[in-house]
Amino acid sequence: MDCSHVFDFKVKRLIVVFTLFLAFFSVTSPALAQVDTLQAAENSHSEPEGKEKFDIGKFALHHIADSHSWHVIGEYYIQLPVFLYTSNGLVSFSSADFLYDDEAKVVVEKGGQRFVKMHEKIYYASATPNEHGQYVQLDEKHHASNARPLDLSVTKNVCTLLISIVIILAVFLNVASGYKKRKGKSPKGLQSWMEPIILFVRDDIAKPNLGHKYERFMPYLLTVFFFIWFNNMLGLVPFLPGGANLTGNIAVTMILATATFLLTVFNGNKYYWKHIFAPDVPKLMWIVMIPVEIVGIFTKPIALMIRLFANITAGHILVLSLICLIFVFNSLYIAPISVAFAVFIGAIELLVAFIQAFIFTILSALFIGMAIEEHH
Amino acid sequence: MELLVPEFGLVIFQTIAFLLLMFVLGKFAWKPVLAAIKEREQSIDDALNKADLAKQEMARLTTQNEELLKSARAERDHILKEAKTLKDSIINEAKTQAHTEGAKLIEKAKIEIENQKKAALFELKSQVSTLSIDIAERVLRAQLEDKAKQEDLVANLLKDVELN
Repeated sequence: MDCSHVFDFKVKRLIVVFTLFLAFFSVTSPALAQVDTLQAAENSHSEPEGKEKFDIGKFALHHIADSHSWHVIGEYYIQLPVFLYTSNGLVSFSSADFLYDDEAKVVVEKGGQRFVKMHEKIYYASATPNEHGQYVQLDEKHHASNARPLDLSVTKNVCTLLISIVIILAVFLNVASGYKKRKGKSPKGLQSWMEPIILFVRDDIAKPNLGHKYERFMPYLLTVFFFIWFNNMLGLVPFLPGGANLTGNIAVTMILATATFLLTVFNGNKYYWKHIFAPDVPKLMWIVMIPVEIVGIFTKPIALMIRLFANITAGHILVLSLICLIFVFNSLYIAPISVAFAVFIGAIELLVAFIQAFIFTILSALFIGMAIEEHH
Repeated sequence: MELLVPEFGLVIFQTIAFLLLMFVLGKFAWKPVLAAIKEREQSIDDALNKADLAKQEMARLTTQNEELLKSARAERDHILKEAKTLKDSIINEAKTQAHTEGAKLIEKAKIEIENQKKAALFELKSQVSTLSIDIAERVLRAQLEDKAKQEDLVANLLKDVELN
C-alpha cells in the first residue's frame, strides 16, 4: 500500500535522526555500569536500612521525575549532557561524570567549580562531606539546601520533547505535502489518518467555542492538541523513544497553560474586561465580584496546568504501582494479576491520552472564546 | 512536592520548542492543510450545487421535451386530419368532376351519334332514292323494251280511260 511505503520512509528518517542522537551522546559501556552497580551494592550494604524494604512511592516518583540519564535496557543507560549556567558562565559535561551517583557523593569539578547530583538535581558541592559522605547540607526533611546553578541540561524530558517535535513535524509536514500533491483530491495514507482529527479540532473544538473568528486560533489549538496527544502517547511507551513523563511535568503544562492565558488576555475585548472590572451588578457587590473575577483570570489556566499534569502523572504512577506490586509482595505469582491490571490501566491511559489533549484544547478554545465573544 | 516545582531548564526548552513547533507547523502544515481542506469543501459544495442545478435543468429539459413531443404529436395528428379531409375533398371533387365530365362526354357522344344517325339516314335516303330511280329506270327500260307489251298497256290504259 502507498501509505505504508510513505510511513516506512518517515520511520527510516526518524531512525536516522535517533541514531545520530545516540551517537552524539555517550552510551556508557556495560563494564562501567557493572563496576558502578557493584559500588552501589557495597554502598547499600553499608546502609542496611535502605535495602530493607521496597519503597513503592519513592520508586514511582523517581520514575516519573526528570532525569539526567535515560535507561535503555538492563544496565545500559544513555548519559545525557549537562549544561549549567553558573556564576562563572556556561559549564558543560556529560552526566556520566557523576558515575551513576544520585546521592551527592561524587563531586564533578568543571570550570573551577564543584558540582554534585542529588535526586536528579545538580547542586554546588559543599567543601566537606556530611556524616553520610554527601557533599551537601541537608535540612530536617533530608532535602539538600545548597545553592543550585541554572540547569539547562538536555534531560530525559528535553530529549523526549525534541523527539516528539521531530515526530510531529515529520507527520504533519508529510500530511501537508499530501495536500499539495493530491490537490483537491481525497486524502490518502497518513493524511487520511490525520484529517478527521484536524477536522475534529476545527469543527468540534474551535468553531463552537470561537465562532467565526476561529481561524486565527487554529494554529495554536491544533499544535497544542497534537503536542499533548503525541506526548501523552509517547509517555505510555515504556521503552526508549518514550517512557518520559513529559506532559505529566508541571513545567511543560505550565508553559502550555501560559500560552492559553496569554492568548486570552491579549485577545480579550472590551466586553471581557468590562465583565471583570465593571460587572453588571450593584456597585456594592463590586467589592466581592472584582477580586473574584480577577482571581478567575488566573485560576482558569492554573486549572488547565494542574489537570493535565495530574491526570498524566496519576496514570503513570498507577501503572508503575501495579507493576511494583510484584516487588512489594516479593513474589512472581502476583505478576499475572499485576500485569493484567497494568494492561487494563494502560488501555484506559490510551483513552486518557486523547481525552486530556481534547479537554486541554477545548477548554483553551472556551477561555479564548469567552474573551473574544461579542455581546449584542 | 518536588513534582510541583517546575524546573527552570525545562521551562526554557519547552517555551522555545513549543513556539518553534507552532511557528513551523503553522507556516508549513496548518496553513496549507486548512486552506486545502477549505478549498476542497468549497469545491465539493460547488459540485453539489452544480449537480443540483444540472438536475433542475435536466428536469426542465425533460418537461420541455415532453411538451415538445406532445405538441409535435398534436401537430402530426392535426396534419394527418387535414390531409385526410384534403384527400376526401380531392376525391370528392375528382368524382364530381369525373361525373360531370362523363356526363358531358356522354352528352357529346349522344349528339354525335344523333348527328351521325341523321347523316346516315340522309345518306340512306339519298341512296334509296337513287336506287329507286335506278330500279325504276331499269324497270322502265325493261318495260319499254317490249313494244307490243307497251302497246298493249297503252291500249289497256286507253281502254280504261274513257274519254269523258
